Amino acid sequence: MFKDYKYPREAYGKTLRELGRERKDIVVLDADLSSSTKTKFFADEFPDRFFNLGVAEQNMIGVAAGLATTGKTVFASSFAMFVVGRGYDQIRQSIVYPKLNVKIVTTHAGITVGGDGASHQIIEDIALMSVLPNMNVFVPADCVETEKMIRAIADHKGPVYVRMGRSKVPTIYDDSFEFHPGRASILKEGNDISIIAIGIMVSKALEAAEELKKKGISARVINMSTVKPLDEETIIKAARETGGIVTAEEHNVTMGMGSAVASVLSEKYPVSMFKCGIPDVFGESGDYKELMEKYGLTADNVVKTSLNVLKRKR
Amino acid sequence: MILKQMITMKENFVKSREERTKRLEEMALKIRRHIIREIYEAGSGHPGGSLSATEIITALYFHIMKHDPKNPKWENRDRFVLSKGHSCPTLYAALAESGYFDVKELLTLRKLGSRLQGHPSMKIPGIDICTGSLGQGLSVAVGMALGARLDSRLYRVFVLLGDGELQCGEVWEAAMAAAHYKLGNITAIVDRNRLQIDGNTETIMSLEPLPFKFKAFGWHVTEVNGHNFNEIIDAIEKGFKIKGKPKVIIAHTTKGKGVSFMEGSVAFHGKPPNDEQFKIAMKELGEY
Ligand SMILES: Cc1ncc(C[n+]2csc(CCOP(=O)(O)OP(=O)(O)O)c2C)c(N)n1
Ligand SMILES: [Mg+2]
Repeated sequence: MFKDYKYPREAYGKTLRELGRERKDIVVLDADLSSSTKTKFFADEFPDRFFNLGVAEQNMIGVAAGLATTGKTVFASSFAMFVVGRGYDQIRQSIVYPKLNVKIVTTHAGITVGGDGASHQIIEDIALMSVLPNMNVFVPADCVETEKMIRAIADHKGPVYVRMGRSKVPTIYDDSFEFHPGRASILKEGNDISIIAIGIMVSKALEAAEELKKKGISARVINMSTVKPLDEETIIKAARETGGIVTAEEHNVTMGMGSAVASVLSEKYPVSMFKCGIPDVFGESGDYKELMEKYGLTADNVVKTSLNVLKRKR
Repeated sequence: MILKQMITMKENFVKSREERTKRLEEMALKIRRHIIREIYEAGSGHPGGSLSATEIITALYFHIMKHDPKNPKWENRDRFVLSKGHSCPTLYAALAESGYFDVKELLTLRKLGSRLQGHPSMKIPGIDICTGSLGQGLSVAVGMALGARLDSRLYRVFVLLGDGELQCGEVWEAAMAAAHYKLGNITAIVDRNRLQIDGNTETIMSLEPLPFKFKAFGWHVTEVNGHNFNEIIDAIEKGFKIKGKPKVIIAHTTKGKGVSFMEGSVAFHGKPPNDEQFKIAMKELGEY
């Protein structure tokens, strides 16, 4: 179904480099993972505006905060596990509470990290970042969206968390796509059920919709890349018009995007729904595709789940 | 003739320093009264570390730092980070006495709706960063200092750390970064009152040999009596002449300084005075 597979983190690095050429206020920080997060693309061209803080993520967050107080637009990157996990209190007190202009852009989130295993596979970062007041949480689905998102957040004043994975993802958008914080994008219209997905699961949702079509079921596919602020209107409309919702994400099913959708539905428009995601267990080593199979992050599982939700639909 | 001139110069110098000390000591006394009243009115807060830091903060706000209370966001202002955020009653008093807001507002500390939160927040003009969770301020100072460098600005960054706070690993991450990036525009001051919540720093988690630790991290180190204005100011100003290296001043202080029953007291780290203690404290601080 898809042909063009690319690394969102490369799109991130390239976009940063372009922003660096356009704007003097862009400053980038990393914590000894610049070759993996691709902030290296920026570092190589703008060594004066790039600071490697070494393996010291808490300090990196504080330094980002300090730079932001002097009027810089700061991007701080590392693996999601280490920035969010190690730096939570620093993110909370030094960036989000004072509402500073820092973009925490992480890579290698979720189980698709693969071989490194559970120590590196953060499945709770969306939860941790979404519960912070003032924080925005975005998850791009492909390289086009990554570029548009990075450009959008560079223009937005205030804290943002962006989560990317390690692996390649298929390109689903063309260049005409625009990213707007707080606005989900509908990738496919449908009337029988809605599949709301983020990140690597958006392409799986599209595949699932194709499968469902063969069974005569028309599925709407929504990319909820703006997890916070959440596009409640699109969720409620989908519930009203299709009567059933399936969510899909490479994150703990507890307190991820699906939980955010569920809480909107339960308060405003209860319909039958089910969440696909990592079932509140730690990940493990393995090839990322095998891991996705094992933890149900597949088009097949989204199809199965959709059929179950359809059965429960009133 | 020349000798006589030199003697007068020396006399003038001594006289101006005496006047400066007198002015600063008066201000410090005023600030101490504010601290006690703020915390008493609030019914909670941290008098011990606020009183030990009084001379340090007074020297910064009323002699060392370039700042403009009429224009708190002035781009070339010197920056101050109160990393030990629980000592904010002192900072709030210094800001009020400088003219950032009315001193009457000090009595709203920790009350619902007040700008004066229990730990520094962005609600207050003159404050650039939130603190309270210890260990983060030096990192923020590093970012501010890098920002100054990127914009070729000459402002300086001051940061006040608690000694117990130095047990936080992040402080040493930041210390490493400040030296690595040769941030000569940073002056850190350690309020070395030798106490933290559970007791003496050396019994809880020893810091000594503290000067050597900072030296080993690439910092220029000076030790002073943290209640002596001339020593504090001389150390800070001499530090300015040393380029390309962050400076730390280990200021030996007495926790609770100025109020007899709070001096050296672990109990008054985070406890307000009761009615009677309040009266005694205010009397000791010269208010009858
Ligand atoms: C990260 C963190 N852990 C614990 C506390 C609770 N706490 C507040 S003050 C304090 C002791 C600090 O001692 P010190 O730095 O020596 O401060 P001072 O003696 O100057 O008051 C502690 C543990 C905190 N504010 N932040
Ligand atoms: Mg102490």
